[in-house]
Amino acid sequence: MNQTEQNTHAPVGVAPILQARNLVKRYGHVVAIDHAEFELYPGEILAVIGDNGAGKSSMIKALTGALRPDAGEILLEGRRVEFDSPLAARAAGIETVYQNLALSPALSIADNIFLGRERRSEGFLGKYFRKLDRDYMRKEARKHLNALGLLTIQNIDQPVETLSGGQRQGVAIARAVAFGSRVVIMDEPTAALGVKESRKVLDLILDVKRRGLPIVLISHNMPHVFEIADRIHIHRLGRRACVIRPQDYSMSDAVAIMTGAKEAPVH
Amino acid sequence: MASTSQQAHVSFDEERRTPLKRFQQFLHANPTTIPFIVLALSIALFSAIVGGRFFHPFNLSLVLQQVTIIAILGTAQTLIILTAGIDLSVGAIMVLSSVVMGRLAVLAGLPVPLAFMLGLLVGVACGLLNGFLVARLKLPPFIVTLGTWSIFGALNLWYSASQTIRQQEVAEAAPFLQFTGTAFNFLGARITLGSILMLIIAAFIWYLLNRTAFGRHVHATGDDPEAAKLAGINVTGTLIAVYTLAGFICSVAAWALIGRIGAISSISGATANLDSITAVVIGGTSLFGGRGSIIGTLVGALIVGVFRNGLALAGADSLWQEFAIGLLIIVAVAIDQWIRKVSA
Repeated sequence: MNQTEQNTHAPVGVAPILQARNLVKRYGHVVAIDHAEFELYPGEILAVIGDNGAGKSSMIKALTGALRPDAGEILLEGRRVEFDSPLAARAAGIETVYQNLALSPALSIADNIFLGRERRSEGFLGKYFRKLDRDYMRKEARKHLNALGLLTIQNIDQPVETLSGGQRQGVAIARAVAFGSRVVIMDEPTAALGVKESRKVLDLILDVKRRGLPIVLISHNMPHVFEIADRIHIHRLGRRACVIRPQDYSMSDAVAIMTGAKEAPVH
Repeated sequence: MASTSQQAHVSFDEERRTPLKRFQQFLHANPTTIPFIVLALSIALFSAIVGGRFFHPFNLSLVLQQVTIIAILGTAQTLIILTAGIDLSVGAIMVLSSVVMGRLAVLAGLPVPLAFMLGLLVGVACGLLNGFLVARLKLPPFIVTLGTWSIFGALNLWYSASQTIRQQEVAEAAPFLQFTGTAFNFLGARITLGSILMLIIAAFIWYLLNRTAFGRHVHATGDDPEAAKLAGINVTGTLIAVYTLAGFICSVAAWALIGRIGAISSISGATANLDSITAVVIGGTSLFGGRGSIIGTLVGALIVGVFRNGLALAGADSLWQEFAIGLLIIVAVAIDQWIRKVSA
């Protein structure tokens, strides 16, 4: 079966913003990515689901520069890109919210949002003494949290470790949105959260979508995936098995395709 | 919605909090309070034991001079402990640098500025070696610096041939090396330039840690190196820079050491290692990395100085100083563990 002939329910006449063609990654005899295809379209939430070991994280790593594929190509807005590090992917506008959030617990919210991308003061002190523009970073951090309705966090100088799990997720998402100009990838954003906090984070993701940023959502939580995804990419045995729309299939169908109990739809 | 449930949780916790728990939480939010409390207690303790002699300006000057070396090494140690590392070789680097400065200037007859620069360079090289072993070869800092402590110590004994360069010789050939011992009167107390140098270094490191991106990266590296890496921080580079900078500060401490003792000896500064670690830990910097302060370290160094001085004034054998410092460091680490349980 030729994967490119699958019906991926792509919007008509729109070019994908992020695309992978024929990606391959082998570790010795193990094939982690087996000629995988991937397309993300502007303004959508694409969920990526797959059983453990199906190779979805390998594919995501290739898209975010954490892993170099052996073959195949990655296109960002139609142009071929090669990321040799996560930093390169970030510089191209692809932000990732990692499952462990990549936050530094003892540092403040503002410090975390600008971690690794600090801004120096203008003028003499910034130029020669590398002084940070803390007022600017505080102001911007507050603005980004505000824009996502996260201002229940009052004190921007509060250490991240004093926040709840959902609030921390919010800070990590705000950071990604602040710097992600093209794509935001979220790895299991609700896995560590309770019901109410998950609800809040799902609303937050929909909010990010409304702001026009396309989102790749990697999740094991079927109710969450079916609630907010526009399309669902089902990954199996190192490649894309199919792309379905949540309104066409049930959750148990999706799980059955994922595990191979049910044939992937052809058209 | 999540925030309301969060508030509900917080208020629920509030009801169950005991005064001790509240104190623990206060300390967690303000870790630098501890060293100030301990300093006040230890001053009260020793003034009760030895009376007014403790507050004599001459004695306070002595405490300050003793504290100078501990505090300079303490700032180097703070940098390293903030990255969740430890440097057991700070004292050895300091003594090796001082011996290099002294022998090159006094015995080899090199121009004093050149000898001084080479002494600083030795400190930088020692720090760089530590940093390389920790950051590149990923060896545990404790083992690395335990090894280099021994290596630098042996190099020092070999190079100095265990000879002491007398105060008189240094004064004649290289008075610049004793410059940090120059004293002036301030409110009846003798303050040396070494103590001023200590304040300058502490202010510089404070600025670096609290006002620059490098400082944020040092904290993040110690807090959670994986998260720091994912956030785009060059963790390896940060670690190497920290160890190298610490080596440099130790070689500046060598200058203060020569000023304080006058002579240059391969066996001076023997207690400096443990004293500096004690100063840092009792100053509220966590051995687990990511949190701590330079101001705390300065106060911690004062505590160590007050203990050593107070016990000496009370006529206790010097072995009890070691006993007290050992006790202090264990108590400090125990307090750190207890405070950290808040976030768990």
